[in-house]
Amino acid sequence: MSYIRPHFRHPEQPVNDLGYTRRHYEGSLSTLCAGCGHDSVSAAIIQACFELSLPPHKIAKLSGIGCSSKTPTYFLGKSHGFNSVHGRMPSVATGANLANREMIYIGISGDGDTASIGLGQFAHVIRRGLNMLYLVANNGCYGLTKGQDSATADRGSVSRKGVPNPFEAIDLCTMALQTGASFVARGFSGDKAQLEPLIKAALCHKGFAFIDVISPCVTFNNTSRSSMGYEFVRDHIDATGKMDFVPLRQEISANYEPGSSQEITLHDGSVIHLYKKNGALHQHDRNQAIRNLQTHREQEQILTGLLYLDPDHCEFHDTLGTVKQPLRDLGEGDLCPGSRALEAINASLR
Amino acid sequence: MEPTNGKNPEYFHKVVDCQYACPAHTAVPEYIRLIAARRYTEAYLVNWESNVFPGILGRTCDRPCEPACRRGRIEPEPVAICRLKRVAADFKDDIRHCLPVAPERKNGKRIALVGAGPASLTVARDLAPLGYKLHVFDSLKAGGGFMRSQIPSFRLPESVLDEEVGYILEMGVSSHFNRTIDSLKDLLDENYDAVFVGSGAPRGRDLKNLPGRKPGNPYIHVGIDWLASVAFGHKTSIGRRVIVLGGGNTAMDCCRTARRLGGEDVKVIVRSPFKDMKASPWEKEDAIHEDIPIIDNHVPLDFVVEGGVLTGMHFEQVRAEYDANGRRTLVKLNQAPVFYPCDEVLVAIGQENAFPWIERNIGIVFDKWGMPVLDPDTFQSANPRVFFGGDAAFGPSNIITAVAHGHQAAISIDLFCQGRDITDRPPPHVNLVSQKMGIHEWSYDNAIEDDPRYRVPLVEKQLALGNRKLEVELGFDAAAAYREAERCLNCDVQTVFEETRCIECDACVDICPTDCINFTANLPEPDLRQRLRVPARNQDQDIYVSANLPTGRVMVKDENVCLHCGLCAERCPTAAWDMQKFLYQVAKASEWPLNAEAAESPGN
Repeated sequence: MSYIRPHFRHPEQPVNDLGYTRRHYEGSLSTLCAGCGHDSVSAAIIQACFELSLPPHKIAKLSGIGCSSKTPTYFLGKSHGFNSVHGRMPSVATGANLANREMIYIGISGDGDTASIGLGQFAHVIRRGLNMLYLVANNGCYGLTKGQDSATADRGSVSRKGVPNPFEAIDLCTMALQTGASFVARGFSGDKAQLEPLIKAALCHKGFAFIDVISPCVTFNNTSRSSMGYEFVRDHIDATGKMDFVPLRQEISANYEPGSSQEITLHDGSVIHLYKKNGALHQHDRNQAIRNLQTHREQEQILTGLLYLDPDHCEFHDTLGTVKQPLRDLGEGDLCPGSRALEAINASLR
Repeated sequence: MEPTNGKNPEYFHKVVDCQYACPAHTAVPEYIRLIAARRYTEAYLVNWESNVFPGILGRTCDRPCEPACRRGRIEPEPVAICRLKRVAADFKDDIRHCLPVAPERKNGKRIALVGAGPASLTVARDLAPLGYKLHVFDSLKAGGGFMRSQIPSFRLPESVLDEEVGYILEMGVSSHFNRTIDSLKDLLDENYDAVFVGSGAPRGRDLKNLPGRKPGNPYIHVGIDWLASVAFGHKTSIGRRVIVLGGGNTAMDCCRTARRLGGEDVKVIVRSPFKDMKASPWEKEDAIHEDIPIIDNHVPLDFVVEGGVLTGMHFEQVRAEYDANGRRTLVKLNQAPVFYPCDEVLVAIGQENAFPWIERNIGIVFDKWGMPVLDPDTFQSANPRVFFGGDAAFGPSNIITAVAHGHQAAISIDLFCQGRDITDRPPPHVNLVSQKMGIHEWSYDNAIEDDPRYRVPLVEKQLALGNRKLEVELGFDAAAAYREAERCLNCDVQTVFEETRCIECDACVDICPTDCINFTANLPEPDLRQRLRVPARNQDQDIYVSANLPTGRVMVKDENVCLHCGLCAERCPTAAWDMQKFLYQVAKASEWPLNAEAAESPGN
């Protein structure tokens, strides 16, 4: 088995605004199973960060435990990382974000890490509206412990063990909508053309962005009767529409047919173009998004794409009214304003 | 775009850039792997099978393989293929017992070979084991042709030449040395079943009409004749100041030989710009290393002879201009002629074919340039009994081309002597075998080394210049040869894609270090090339396209900078990708079934 990826790259690899190639956003060679959907998720993150010209040192990757939580090793090798306790990634992310609000936070979790042991943390980090990308690589099984059905496995879905799952599934997108996430999307690791713009938009979104990525487990949950195998997902996938992400400063070159598309401007000025399949769909209608998901579930369809977006939602720092700069930038003068400031405060309370 | 037909042997052959570029299609990666495994004898035999003169070519080949080497497209320098070939020759054991043996009982056919150079010797090597009685004629006192007369010993030691020429002559070939053939008609009258003309391009061009040429004659020599005189010991010294005219490899051999024969101030003066010179870059480097300046853009005007003694030459300075088609014209700078003093001049401005010994009424047709008209595949002339090869066939080229001609001519002669259609050529031997040893284990070393090209050590310069027979290059030692061999990308281990197994998980796309693999909608080739992750701009390299996949897309792989690292196959969960070793061997004489009807009947 190869443990080292060759160092040679295509001599004509594209270069981004920072002068970096994709190579600068890569990580170590993956040790996941061959064909794991998670590796495609990693590749999509690499591509998105490369195309957005994000400086790697301004990104922090956070994860918990599980196959998905191993993946931060396999992308953004030059970025910061924290592989935390099982299901506790949101707490660590919250702490890091409060200490340094200037970083870009990418939380990677799995269906076990989020929907089982970390369900409480998941709900609360959404409630708070932490400014981060929370991405779940969702394969419906516990791949790291031999493929037991997870909390997101659909009832009746059959993994390699051969026994239909008797329990109801938790739909993470529905839950994220109900607990107040301002950006909710679903992707499929086997469709990067859709996943990459979703990740780019989520990274540019100010506030809590959640992407549930169906990422098949080739080893334990890629059977013909599993609802999370490549074949089933391809046969049952539906999308809210096609999406283009146009970062700030880039001229819009495509021609959009009037009426069929909707433009959403994000907080940083970049624009999402949606070509909706259904003209009546409103990306900012939370109730409609939940209903939409439910209807598709009933029809055994998997709804993907951008499900809900509120670009002007309040994020955690705004709610708390915290200082505008990272804590590490606060000098002695800021932290110990002196007796005169104290007197002023006291005076104001008299 | 139509799916790629992997069953067509030429598709994968083309991916093995070095082998494809080699006129004799030597299985280069195969022997490099054997060198890395320190199996030098086998590495030598893989070479010998295709190119007949591994030791000679490992020192003197024009190396068409190296500019083609894929490694040269991902980093500055290709694998030192040529010098690795020499390693196989240097470190092999005695191989005589491995060589084919001519049968005691001959097949009754007699073949005459005119010239004992690489083309004729290759014909002999292919036909002797089949029972042909071969007679080789050469005006020199030993075999080897221009490899002996023109390539100096400091590049090619006589012992190496003797050894490899010997392997062939010892197959019971009757050699008639010191015998000049001056009439092909007479030779044909001796009732040979076929005659092969491998007499080379024996005439060096001269500057007959340049003023001063005649009075300066004692001091002016035609390069290849002078080199032959040195090789056979007739010339042992040269003047102190020497001008070599010409920019080809012969000019490089002349100037370096002159340095060893007492030339202290040796210059190469050439009409063309330095970069356009015909000499191989490494030969130019070697000359410069021996303190020989190369003065370009100088056109000779006259030889200056005073009192019967050559004192120097005048040159006109020019600059090169290129038209839209890249055609070059040399434009005079209109400055005063430049004078370079010298004692002797070597003229190495090219070679010509000459066939004064072939009668024009024996059925061989010559074109307006005096070259025989031949079938380009069979090398047969208009006289069906006469075949040509090497420089004698299509003009001056190189050893490896002569060898390739020899193999093909041998097939033709063999078919001809059997009374069969010589245009019905035998197909190549092809083999494509999975290299899978375990889940993630390959039978070849798929790790990619980062090392830059290793330099071949040279003998100390003063020592080299003092002895014209002392070989300059020392050759790689076993350790350096191993490191250099490890640079080979194993391009013959092909990435073979089986679309029916693919689940389109993208694992191969994600892992490929050089962004070769794509899954995309099918389009006509030019559009498809543009649509890839990194557009496939190198039109010389094919793109590998699958049939339609379940999502309606196709797999497209740009072969251009594939490292053959096997990671796509390692990361593929369904073994849709496999690494398969492709062996391609050009067929040789009598490898075509002797009885075509018998071969066609089932069970035979």
